[in-house]
Amino acid sequence: MHTQEQFDLIILGGGAAGLTAGIYASRAKLSTLILNEGMVGGQMILTYEIANYPGYENISGYQLSMSMKKQAETFGCVIKQNITIDQLDIQGEIKSVKLSNGNVYTSKAIILATGGSSRNLNVKGEDEFKGRGISYCATCDGDFYTGQDIIVVGGGNSALEEAVSLTKYAKTVTIVHQFDYFQAFEHAVEMAQKNEKISFILNSTITGFHGDEKLKYVEIKNLKTDEISKKEIDGVFIFIGYAANTSKLKSHIAINQYGEIITDETMATNVPGVFAAGDVRAKKIRQIATAVSDGAIAAVSAIEYVQK
Amino acid sequence: MLMTNLEHVESAAHHKEVLENNENVMICCGRMGPMCIPVYISMEELREEYPNVKFMDMEFDHPEAYVIRNAPECSGFMGLPFTMYYKNGKVVKATTSIQSKDQIVNILNEVF
Repeated sequence: MHTQEQFDLIILGGGAAGLTAGIYASRAKLSTLILNEGMVGGQMILTYEIANYPGYENISGYQLSMSMKKQAETFGCVIKQNITIDQLDIQGEIKSVKLSNGNVYTSKAIILATGGSSRNLNVKGEDEFKGRGISYCATCDGDFYTGQDIIVVGGGNSALEEAVSLTKYAKTVTIVHQFDYFQAFEHAVEMAQKNEKISFILNSTITGFHGDEKLKYVEIKNLKTDEISKKEIDGVFIFIGYAANTSKLKSHIAINQYGEIITDETMATNVPGVFAAGDVRAKKIRQIATAVSDGAIAAVSAIEYVQK
Repeated sequence: MLMTNLEHVESAAHHKEVLENNENVMICCGRMGPMCIPVYISMEELREEYPNVKFMDMEFDHPEAYVIRNAPECSGFMGLPFTMYYKNGKVVKATTSIQSKDQIVNILNEVF
């Protein structure tokens, strides 16, 4: 039997921004529902160790996620995770979300906090060799590559910092990056350049992964000359940034050329009663601290909207 | 020690006993890392939905986790967690690295 329930506020997404919004809205006595398509925690739960969140010298992403979830639930916030959103109607005064199980939830306001997902290269063999030579987590899988030759793909902070950390295990680390400059902070670039185990293949990208039961070699395309070369390799770690999770939202709301939701400083979008917070919105700095800030602002704005 | 709400496989002998006494078994062998935690949480949530399946985990760095680490089905695995599905004591499916709840459900429906 399908349920139909009404709330003051629905929050789509249960990462740092969504959970913070849930804490603020529930504490302000708004009946609040968080709907999350994956595990509550978002990108935060995929972080092994967090050392820059104020108040905690060191905490795992799992612990911080569970702590925020518990805090939201303590104030009465209802949280449903691992659901699938089937249909959204957010243009009118009453916002409506239909799930794949047929349940429908309505609210007066909605906060979009669906976060971002790691980008994949989307090239031949990437799915096939996931966990068999391709990894997205240096801390999890680095020790499998002890004494081996690996590639790190990317030129941002994550790529360069993880490349340096992987030199603890790997014999050699080759950084493959599509530009001839790095987006990472200068100190991260310097650390990588100083490391004797690290070499660079710039202006290049991987165009295919090949092997049998394990990855054996990759094809690398030089983006300036279009020349394709093969490189035998034991493992590839991919850190090429994040994309906003707006595939189900972009037909409902104004987004920029990167697929990120445009908001004003109150986190309001172009649709009345619809707010956005966290990594899904257009902004420069994506950290747990900034997601928490967005979540708090979006919740206060939504509270004002619901109560006016 | 894995901080999950799943029952833990404590040794190779325990692993053998679990397989002997349960027709359908899923064991996630990992650490408390970001690729493993989502799999544990999915398993915890699926327990009610699949009462015919025994859901357990095992610490990857436990010396006796060789029963999973060295299983032929895990040859070539280079990503945590290693997740095993057993039917009548035999491995019917093994996966490496993170899996979504939907992917796990598809496997459970396929093999059990």
